Amino acid sequence: MADLIAADAGTIGEPAINISIFGVFVLITLVITFRASRNNKSAADFYAAGRNISGTQNGLAIAGDYLSAASFLGIAGAIAVYGYDGFLYSIGFLVAWLVALLLVAELLRNTARFTMADVLAFRMRQGPVRTAAALSTLVVSLFYLLAQMAGAGGLVTLLLGVTGEAAQAATVVVVGALMIFYVLVGGMRGTTYVQVIKASLLIIGALVMTVWVLAEYGFNLSSLIGGAIENGGQAVAEPGAQYGLTNVTKLDFISLGLALVLGTAGLPHVLMRFYTVPTAKDARKSVVVAIWLIGIFYIFSLVIGYGAGALVGREEILAAPGAVNAAAPLLAFELGGTALLGIISGVAFATILAVVAGLTITASASFAHDIYASVIKKGNAAPGTEVKVARIAAIVIGAISIGLGILALQAGLNIAFLVALAFAVAASANLPTILYTLFWKNFTTQGALWSIYGGLIACVTLIIFSPVVSGAPVNEATGKSTSLLQDVDFSWFPLNNPGLVSIPLSFFLGWLGTKLSKERPDVDKYAELEVRSLTGIGAEKAVQH
Amino acid sequence: MTPPTERKLLTPEEYRQAQDSPEFTELRRRFRSFAVPMTVAFLAWYLLYVLLSTYAHDFMSTQVFGNINLGILLGLGQFVTTFLITQLYVRHAGKSTDPIADEMRQRLEAHEFAGPREGTTRG
Repeated sequence: MADLIAADAGTIGEPAINISIFGVFVLITLVITFRASRNNKSAADFYAAGRNISGTQNGLAIAGDYLSAASFLGIAGAIAVYGYDGFLYSIGFLVAWLVALLLVAELLRNTARFTMADVLAFRMRQGPVRTAAALSTLVVSLFYLLAQMAGAGGLVTLLLGVTGEAAQAATVVVVGALMIFYVLVGGMRGTTYVQVIKASLLIIGALVMTVWVLAEYGFNLSSLIGGAIENGGQAVAEPGAQYGLTNVTKLDFISLGLALVLGTAGLPHVLMRFYTVPTAKDARKSVVVAIWLIGIFYIFSLVIGYGAGALVGREEILAAPGAVNAAAPLLAFELGGTALLGIISGVAFATILAVVAGLTITASASFAHDIYASVIKKGNAAPGTEVKVARIAAIVIGAISIGLGILALQAGLNIAFLVALAFAVAASANLPTILYTLFWKNFTTQGALWSIYGGLIACVTLIIFSPVVSGAPVNEATGKSTSLLQDVDFSWFPLNNPGLVSIPLSFFLGWLGTKLSKERPDVDKYAELEVRSLTGIGAEKAVQH
Repeated sequence: MTPPTERKLLTPEEYRQAQDSPEFTELRRRFRSFAVPMTVAFLAWYLLYVLLSTYAHDFMSTQVFGNINLGILLGLGQFVTTFLITQLYVRHAGKSTDPIADEMRQRLEAHEFAGPREGTTRG
C-alpha cells in the first residue's frame, strides 16, 4: 500500500475508472434535473418543489443533504486517526435531530413559506429581522460550502492524480459549475431528486464497506477495534486521543459537542427541506426517516473508521494526499481494489455535489425571498422576478464558494471540523431566535436582532481569532500549520470551536434585548403563530400541476 | 403560489378565541408535556456523555468485554435512545396531539371560533 502511493505520485486506483463512475452519476442526475425542470415556474416550485415531495422521499433527501462529505470522509477519517474522539462527531450530529423533530420541524412547516426568516417575520418587524436572518443564512451556507468544496478538491487530488495547485483549483471550479447548473435548471425539485439518489448510493456504499470490514474480523466488533488498537495504539479505543491533551482541548471538545447538538435545527438548508412536503405530518415523517437513515449510516461510519485504522493504518492515512479525509477511499482500495475505490469515490464526489447544490439553493432563496422581494421591493416584486433574482444569486454564491473552497483546500483542513464551525454559527445565530419566536410570547424584534447579530458576530469573531485561522502549531507530518493562514499568528481565543461561548451568549442577548425593548409584543400575531403552528390552519398548501 | 393576502383567512379575533379555547390549551399542554421534558432529558444525557468522555477518561476506558469499553457502549447507547425517543414521539403525536389538532383545524376552517364561545376566558 505504501509503495503504491509513493510510486504513483499520490494517486491511488485507476483515475480513468474513478472519473467514469463519477461521470455516470453526473449524467443520470443531469437527465433527472432536466426532467424536473419542466414544472419550475413559480417561487413555490423553485424553492420548495411545489411542496409535493412525499415524507419518505424528503427523509431520504434530508439524509442526502446532511450526510455530506464531512460525514462520510471526515468522520470516518477522524475515527480512523483519532479513534473514539471522532465518534463524538457522529453522536452529536445524530442526537441533534431530536431538537429538530421535537421542537422545530412541524411548527416551522405550519407557519413559514420558504425560508427561516418567514417564521420570524411573522411576529416581528419584517425588514430588520429578514435582513438579519438572511445574513446569518448566507454566513452558515458559506461556511458549509467551504467545507464541501475543500472536500471535493482533496478527493480529486487523491483520486484523479491532479496534483498542481492550478489543477486542483480547476477541479473546484468544475464542481462549482456543475452545482450551479443543477440549481439553475432543476430548482428545489431537481436538487431533491439528486439528494435522494445520492443518499441511496451513499448508504448502500457504506453498507457494503461495513459488511466487508466486519467480515474481515469475523463479524466481531471487539476484534475490529482490537485491529485498530494494534495499528494505532490503545488510545484509539478510549476518549481523549485528539481532545484529551490539555484543559483547553477538553473545553474545545465540550464546545464542539454543544455546537453539534444545537446546530442542526438552525441549519438553513435543513430547515428549508421542511417546506417541500405537503403537511406538517409529512415533515414529521421525513425527520423520522432521516433520523433512522442518518443513525444507521453513522454506525456504519464507526465500523469504516475503525476499519481504516486497522487495515490501512494511521500513519499511512495521514501521509496520503487529503490526509484525514482520505481514510474511507484508502480503505475501499485496500478492501476491493480499483473497482470499489472507483465506486466509493464516485459516491463521495456525488455527495459533495448534491450537498453543495442544496446549500446554494438555500442561500440564493434566502437572498431573493428575504432581501430582494421582502426588504428591497417591500413585497411588490413583479411576478417572476424573485425567481430570476434567485437564479442570479445562485451564480454569485457559487462563484464565491469556488474562491473560498480553493483557499480551504490549500490549507488542508479536516472537513468534518469545518462543518462543525458552520454548526456553531447556526446554533449561535439561528437556533435561539427560532425557539424564542415559536415558544416565547413576549419575544420582540429587538430581542431577535440582538440574538442573531450577537450570536453571529461573536461566533465569527471568535473563529477569526482562534487557531483555526492563524497560529496553530505546525504539523510535523505535513510541515504545515493546520491554520487557514500560514506563518502569521493573531489568535487570542484558545478554542477551535466557539460554541461554548457564542451559543449561551446568543440566548442571553435574545432575552436581554427583549427585556430592554420598548416595543410591546404583538399578542394577536403571537396568537396566530401559536394556533397555526400547532393546528396547521392556514399552512401553505401543495401546488397542483 | 398563494398570494400573502389570501393566507389570512381567519381574523385576529378568531385566532385569539382559538388560542384561549380549552381544547387549544389542552393541545398545547399535551405537546409541551412531551417535547419539553424529553428535550431536557436527551440534552442532559448527551451532555453527561460528553462530559464523561472528557473528564472521566479512566471510567470510559473500563473494558466491558473484549476491546469494547464503557465509552463505546455509552456512545452506542446514545444511538439507541435517539431511535427510541423518535418512535415515542411519533406514537405520542399520533395518539395525543394529532386528533385535537386535526379537529381544531377543521373547525377553524369552518370559522367555528368566530363568535364568543362558552368556556372561553375572554369574550
